[in-house]
Amino acid sequence: MQVYLPVAEVSVNALAILLLGSVVGFLSGLFGVGGGFLMTPLLIFLGVPPAIAVGTQANQLVGASVSGVIGHWRRNAVDFKMGTVLLGGGLVGSAIGVYLFGLLRALGQIDFVISLLYVVLLGAVGGLMLAESLPALLRQRRPGAVRRKLHQHSWIHGLPLKLRFHKSRLYISALVPFAIGLLGGGVVAIMGVGGGFFMVPAMIYLLGMPTSLVPGTSLFQIIFVTAAVTILHAWTNGTVDLLLALLLLVGGVLGAQLGTRFVGRLRGEQIRALLAILVLAVSIKLLVDLVLTPDDLYSLAVPSRT
Amino acid sequence: MRHAPLAFLLIAALAAFTSAARAQPLVADLSSHLIAITTGFTGTELVLFGAVEQPGDIVVVVRGPEGPVTVRRKERLLGLWANGSSITFTGVPSFYHVATSRPLDDIARRDQLARQRIGVDQLSFGTIGSVSDTARAIFQAALLREKQAAGLFPIQPGRVLFVGRQLFRTNVTLPPDLPTGAYQVSVYLFRNGQVTGAQTTPLLVSQSGVSADIQDFADRRSLLYGFVAVALAVVAGWLGSFLFRRV
Repeated sequence: MQVYLPVAEVSVNALAILLLGSVVGFLSGLFGVGGGFLMTPLLIFLGVPPAIAVGTQANQLVGASVSGVIGHWRRNAVDFKMGTVLLGGGLVGSAIGVYLFGLLRALGQIDFVISLLYVVLLGAVGGLMLAESLPALLRQRRPGAVRRKLHQHSWIHGLPLKLRFHKSRLYISALVPFAIGLLGGGVVAIMGVGGGFFMVPAMIYLLGMPTSLVPGTSLFQIIFVTAAVTILHAWTNGTVDLLLALLLLVGGVLGAQLGTRFVGRLRGEQIRALLAILVLAVSIKLLVDLVLTPDDLYSLAVPSRT
Repeated sequence: MRHAPLAFLLIAALAAFTSAARAQPLVADLSSHLIAITTGFTGTELVLFGAVEQPGDIVVVVRGPEGPVTVRRKERLLGLWANGSSITFTGVPSFYHVATSRPLDDIARRDQLARQRIGVDQLSFGTIGSVSDTARAIFQAALLREKQAAGLFPIQPGRVLFVGRQLFRTNVTLPPDLPTGAYQVSVYLFRNGQVTGAQTTPLLVSQSGVSADIQDFADRRSLLYGFVAVALAVVAGWLGSFLFRRV
């Protein structure tokens, strides 16, 4: 069933988009990540122009994170104060990101930068996750293994503007979450991903937040950052396709619910190892595409209206 | 071939009125002057029909609106392929299709065709900035190749069929990714390699229905559109988690 996307001005297979939405939604429900890192490359593969894929993906993520955060909120697992500071950075980062996106698009380098960022960020995160989860998988679970300190003290704790985050039991400089949010916002705007794959480790290892609060808090700020990115992309770049976003949302919401139900059947390390392999596979595929000589060296673009 | 019965009916009507309009060497019209692209658009077929006073060769050219196009070439950068040099061509039609009653080379000499800009190899574009002739030739060839690959400059010329000696018709197949805008459909009558008659009819390709509404909204009230997009996503997300909690 072909459907004509009004903003993208291309005709795509609606069933393929629905299926893609549900598969990615399933994975995001299973792994607790947004799944944007899979969605953006696959949308491009289905014939959606890269700029539209990124802008629309941000829109879809708003819905996906709302759906996700409700569950965490009910379980009282959201640190709203921390989320707000992260969000402050996120909003600044997303404005910078959207501006850079428009600039790179005019220069014809946006596709290259998106691919390169995917390779670098996904490769690094996937590699770290695999390195961490594989040993855990191989050796059986040993209860009472070495207990780590709650968090290490480092130069981070010497920064000014300290704030007390009661819920997370932290007393740290507001600059740290602000900076993490800033990078996260930039990543949302340029790559069309929620940034969970980068925010979650940063919140655990850099901020030292309790792991149980991390997904909810991360999702909470992702809602607002992706909303801001959607509005900015629609306004300045005209790259948000409502019809495409709705198709992805319908698929995504269904898939995410199934994924959430499936979580109980897998162990934590197994889930992390699977996710790491998936993330690495995507980054390797993109790296190979960047290195191999393309079949067609030429591409067409309509110069921007400015 | 949905339009075929309609076209024949029109041709019959035309045949009656051509005898009255003897002075015109060439008359032609389209089965429709408006192509509405709705969300279900998967390409369409257009029928062009007409009549000539005296037999000759017919060439039909469908041109999309002209605009600038940037052609970029990928180059190696530290082992990775990134977009390098580029040329921006101006006056590039978004769609270009030719249909003929005989192979183009048998109809007229190349200089005659060039004068009327008939045939993909006869198209000439302007460039923005100064460009060397060799680079220009390479990039223009790439432009044509890409357009053909996208189905927007069909390689295979269409067939103009004569019904008897005076009536002709041709079917123009339009792809699903047809660019929108004001098109021109030109019909040329050639005799002995010379143009003896020509007629141009407009053809409008535009989005219609929900699709047009969304596109128009996104274009004109882009900020509000962004807010609406976010609101819809929030509702969809909330609805999703609400529905599934009850199941």
